[in-house]
Amino acid sequence: MRADTPRLVGRAMTLAYERRTVAEDLTVPVPDGSFTVIIGPNACGKSTLLRALARLLRPAAGAVLLDGADIHRRGTREVARVLGMLPQSSVAPDGITVADLVARGRHPHQGLLRQWSRDDERIVAGAMADTGVADLADRPVDQLSGGQRQRVWIAMALAQQTPLLLLDEPTTYLDIAHQVEVLDLCARLHEEQGRTLVAVLHDLNQAARYATHLVAMRDGAVVAAGEPRRVVTAALVEEVFGLPCRVIDDPETGTPLVVPAARRRVGPAPA
Amino acid sequence: MVAGLSIAVGAKQLSPAEVWHGLLRPDSPEYAVVHRMRLPRTLLGLVAGAALGVAGAVTQTLTRNPLADPGLLGINAGASAAVATATAVLGVASGDIWYALLGAAVVTVAVYAVGGGRGATPTRLALAGAALNAVLYSYVSAVMLLDAASLERLRFWTVGSLAGARDDTVPRVLPFVAVGLLVALVSARPLDALALGDDSARTLGARPGAIRAAAIVAVTLLCGAATSACGPLVSVGLLVPHLVRALTGPDLRWSLPYCAVLAPVLLLAADLTGRVLGRPGELPVGTVTGVLGGLLFLHLVHRGARR
Repeated sequence: MRADTPRLVGRAMTLAYERRTVAEDLTVPVPDGSFTVIIGPNACGKSTLLRALARLLRPAAGAVLLDGADIHRRGTREVARVLGMLPQSSVAPDGITVADLVARGRHPHQGLLRQWSRDDERIVAGAMADTGVADLADRPVDQLSGGQRQRVWIAMALAQQTPLLLLDEPTTYLDIAHQVEVLDLCARLHEEQGRTLVAVLHDLNQAARYATHLVAMRDGAVVAAGEPRRVVTAALVEEVFGLPCRVIDDPETGTPLVVPAARRRVGPAPA
Repeated sequence: MVAGLSIAVGAKQLSPAEVWHGLLRPDSPEYAVVHRMRLPRTLLGLVAGAALGVAGAVTQTLTRNPLADPGLLGINAGASAAVATATAVLGVASGDIWYALLGAAVVTVAVYAVGGGRGATPTRLALAGAALNAVLYSYVSAVMLLDAASLERLRFWTVGSLAGARDDTVPRVLPFVAVGLLVALVSARPLDALALGDDSARTLGARPGAIRAAAIVAVTLLCGAATSACGPLVSVGLLVPHLVRALTGPDLRWSLPYCAVLAPVLLLAADLTGRVLGRPGELPVGTVTGVLGGLLFLHLVHRGARR
């Protein structure tokens, strides 16, 4: 394996559901140690790409390579020890407590003969502490707020202890304060624990603020990829989203901030 | 303790001393009653109870529906329909396990196919099961109404009863129940992963298709065996996992063993109740568990309405 090949690469993939082809000849390398964020308009194939990278969707052509090997040729459990994913469609069983749910993240590390250990206990406690849900350990998950619940799911993914973690729209359905809370948490996991994160986000400004590597998609193709400063330009936002805008510096972080152009008045101005 | 009572209490009143003699002394007059009827009946209650309780817990997790029951997937109905057919058409003695297993297996495959095959979702499985359930029970009723002889033979059986237990009943169903329990226990942890959703299960390194298949095999074995011996006992598979979850939480690794112990207790207690209330005859245990199940449903509806 060449040194400049990252651990996770989607190579020349054709991604399709039963009838519909979403993307053709799509190549997406995920830089090691990056916080990669995939952006693009609705139905551009960004969640599909993430599902392919997570081994949830088998490419019709091409392959996802994990450490140089086709991800579908490797054991499910083996992949699950390296690559974690927070899908959109998770279900918390009725009445399950926070600690029990987070503990299920240890699944790929357990077997019939290898049962629950003190190590598992420590890792689960650590994951709850990292996400700030340790105080909620004995509470039923269905009684938590949306933001708390999302942190619990992230804790479960952390307990899986994978160097690579994929998140499918982790901020959906959260109010802005909880969105920032979840993204701050992701940034901390990336910086302090050195995990490689890949997330699909809707909000361009949040993407530009938190990502170290941006992938902009439209119609199943990557239009631009790289540092946020290079990717988020007025021309690109117009090309990808069809949205005229200005891009200024975020007064907090200096990252690009997209300001949509005001609606031009049509016809005579009101008297 | 419940098992002890189940041996001691019956249509024919015996004193504790007589029961004791009946258990241990082959020459006593009570020996026949105790060994030929009460003992097999109690053992069957233990085995069938464990089978139905565990099958219920697995079904509820598999369909992600806390109100699911092996009855809901149509599996018990399939076993009943096959046994009714065998009795009416072929004149087979009721309770032949192979027909019950065959019926359970056919319905399971049918529910799986109608419910969407590999793309089966919990909701579609439950709907397909409910539809087949209705059709099959109508069919069983029709068979019995058209054929007076099988009605007589199957009358108790279709309500669900332990009264049909004979010396050979438990040895006949036990191997199937044992294999079913083993498969269920081995599947417990992967099923817990599956309960989080198919995508989550896959990302945790579990294989939803294989887990569903294993769970369905387990439920088929357990329900087919139990139904062949005592008819479609409703509600045990619904009631017990519910009560157990209140104690253990939703982790199957914990709740399955509890179900395997508590379900027989409940079933034998219900059977006893039926025998005591129905004197000098008896009420089939299925009616008692049916009433209990109905009460639980009412309680859940009431609680749900207040939330």
